[in-house]
Amino acid sequence: MNIVRNHILISIDAGTLMAGARAVEDALIKELTKYGLDKEVSVLETGSLGITGRGVVLVVYPEGIYYADVTIKDVPELVEEHLLKGRPLKRLILTEAPKRTIITKEKTGLLKEQPRIVLKNCGFINPENIDEYIAAGGYEAIAKALQTMTPEDVVNEVKESGLLGRGGAGFPTGLKWEFAIKTPGDEKFVICNADEGEPGTFKDRLILEGDPHKLLEGMLIAGYAIRATTGFVYIRGEYSLSIERIEKAISDARSYGLLGKNILESNFSFDIFVKKGAGAYVCGEETALIESLEGKRGHPRNKPPFPINAGLWGKPTLVNNVETLANVPEIIRNGAAWYKGYGTEKCSGTKVYTILGHVATPGLIETEMGTTLKDIIFEYGGGIREGKAFKGALIGGAAGAFIGPEMLDVKMDFINLREYAAALGSGAILVMNEDTDMVDMLKSVLHFFKHESCGHCAPCRLGTAKLVDIIDEIAALKGKKEDLERMVEITQAMKNASFCPLGQSVSLPVSSALKYFRDEFMARVS
Amino acid sequence: MYREEILKKYEPSLDNILYILHDLQDNNPQHYISKEDIEVCANFLNIPYSYVHGVVTFYSMFSLKPRGRYIIRLCESPPCHLMGSESLLEYLKKKLNVKIGETTKDGMFTLELTSCLGICGVAPAMMINDEMVGNLTPERIDAILEERRQTS
Ligand SMILES: Cc1cc2nc3c(=O)[nH]c(=O)nc-3n(C[C@H](O)[C@H](O)[C@H](O)COP(=O)(O)O)c2cc1C
Ligand code: SF4
Ligand code: FES
Ligand code: FES
Repeated sequence: MNIVRNHILISIDAGTLMAGARAVEDALIKELTKYGLDKEVSVLETGSLGITGRGVVLVVYPEGIYYADVTIKDVPELVEEHLLKGRPLKRLILTEAPKRTIITKEKTGLLKEQPRIVLKNCGFINPENIDEYIAAGGYEAIAKALQTMTPEDVVNEVKESGLLGRGGAGFPTGLKWEFAIKTPGDEKFVICNADEGEPGTFKDRLILEGDPHKLLEGMLIAGYAIRATTGFVYIRGEYSLSIERIEKAISDARSYGLLGKNILESNFSFDIFVKKGAGAYVCGEETALIESLEGKRGHPRNKPPFPINAGLWGKPTLVNNVETLANVPEIIRNGAAWYKGYGTEKCSGTKVYTILGHVATPGLIETEMGTTLKDIIFEYGGGIREGKAFKGALIGGAAGAFIGPEMLDVKMDFINLREYAAALGSGAILVMNEDTDMVDMLKSVLHFFKHESCGHCAPCRLGTAKLVDIIDEIAALKGKKEDLERMVEITQAMKNASFCPLGQSVSLPVSSALKYFRDEFMARVS
Repeated sequence: MYREEILKKYEPSLDNILYILHDLQDNNPQHYISKEDIEVCANFLNIPYSYVHGVVTFYSMFSLKPRGRYIIRLCESPPCHLMGSESLLEYLKKKLNVKIGETTKDGMFTLELTSCLGICGVAPAMMINDEMVGNLTPERIDAILEERRQTS
């Protein structure tokens, strides 16, 4: 028997792949073999380690030392120093690494250490190996549900947990499932919304790449709970690694009897298929997604009927976000009471965020609901790059809200953010330093909407075009004071008259930019 | 014919249309959906030509215009914009001597814009065919383009 002395976990995600992670992995294995260390030191692939923009990242266990910006040229030295001689290679050590998973209690004022529920396995297991997921307690929750719970019990547990949907404005997941269970129908569907197109958001991609089985398990539980027969994962077309990993996970789960007929010898049969999008932000909206999945142009549908009553091919359909579903296995495994121990009173659990822009360490974090923006930016994000001052942030992507420094102390959850609730779901936090031109940023947001308006209804099609004309004028110093009010009026009209939430959501970035940075806009107009 | 080979992989069911179109476009030497591609797809799924055309025009990953060997899709969404994608766009336009949506004279590169690619941790970012690249600077772009020129 071999005794493995060290494990090297190399992060394989879209970010590290582009930095040459595979080449580094091959070089590592070659180099280890050269020294005859290949039996003692195992090289394992894992998903994102939550560190972005630092090239190829890997961790050496048991020491838990993170290395970043590793290139093939560094490999001989790394192997010789650390793995042969046992001296960590200081030059490449990532010192800020551990900070992003744990903030001390004293600092956050929160009662507990920062937990990982959704990202528990990300960066620790090989996402392409079903055995590792199982070894980490995977598929225990579906077994527990099938063996000890009725579908109604499962729905109640999820309801009890207080889980709110992570894809949109935080609709209570348990309630949605309850509607689904009550809707009659011999055929029902579960759709996982992995269309992730909100600018600045890539949490779902990292879940798909880092722990695809967790998503499958969440879908299985949802399928059992609402008595569905088939699930679909609708993934945006650009996410090739996610698609590859989830397809591999599905085929492995099938061969283990975890998908298909009579799962774990129960009466429950369920299978999952992947559907790939082709580039359209509006397809993230659940009814547009369903149209697209059916093979049509992705125009949103009228609501009601809601997908829960008449969705895919007119059948009752449950649509949930990736992150929402990834919470479910842990809720079932550990119980609703355990889950409610995290987060705030009305908003339980954790939230995954992507921190971007002018921060020292952009990346992905998971933290309890209720963490302040200040902690997220200054503790996890390492503060503003190059010692500059914080000016503002755009939270929740293009359909999100601009905020100024006065909002830093707000505890982030769906309730506290109220009108900004939609912004929280996406979890994107784009941080801007003192030099940022807010007019220019709003311009970029409005261009995005003009481009992504599907053109189905006039208020949104014409409104977004008009807004772009106005903001372009303002940016070119040709705008007038009245233009600012014009923008607000247009977005209000769009809010009232647009057919789908895309057109309705444009008012949030516009009104918030004008609220927090009005002076800057005033200075540009005559 | 390669198109028949592609169709063999799919059930003739409407919900496969995006897969079929992706596959046809990826295998078209000019990386676009030609009239012939649309016809083949329409016949296979037993739907009107105009229906397929409508689907193709809806999704930004599909093109009705012949494109170059390498398609550059530069992200212009707010996170990349904040990190300087606009000046990179100017750089690319000048360097390739094309406007947005055009292909270089030698047929090597097509320049397009895209919304967020979900790799904003390394903004500014772009895709070149299937590959994502980030932390872009003019120097990095030079190196990437040069590498593509060398390999073809
Ligand atoms: C324009 C638009 C884009 C959206 N994009 C996404 C998306 O990419 N992912 C997602 O899960 N939900 C997205 N949503 C929200 C979905 O319509 C839906 O509310 C959500 O998938 C429900 O999942 P949840 O209950 O788990 O949050 C979008 C909504 C709109 C209006
Ligand atoms: S509001 Fe915009 S995105 Fe929604 S249906 Fe109308 S045009 Fe399409
Ligand atoms: S949004 Fe596409 S060109 Fe402006
Ligand atoms: S904004 Fe450019 S990749 Fe997300």
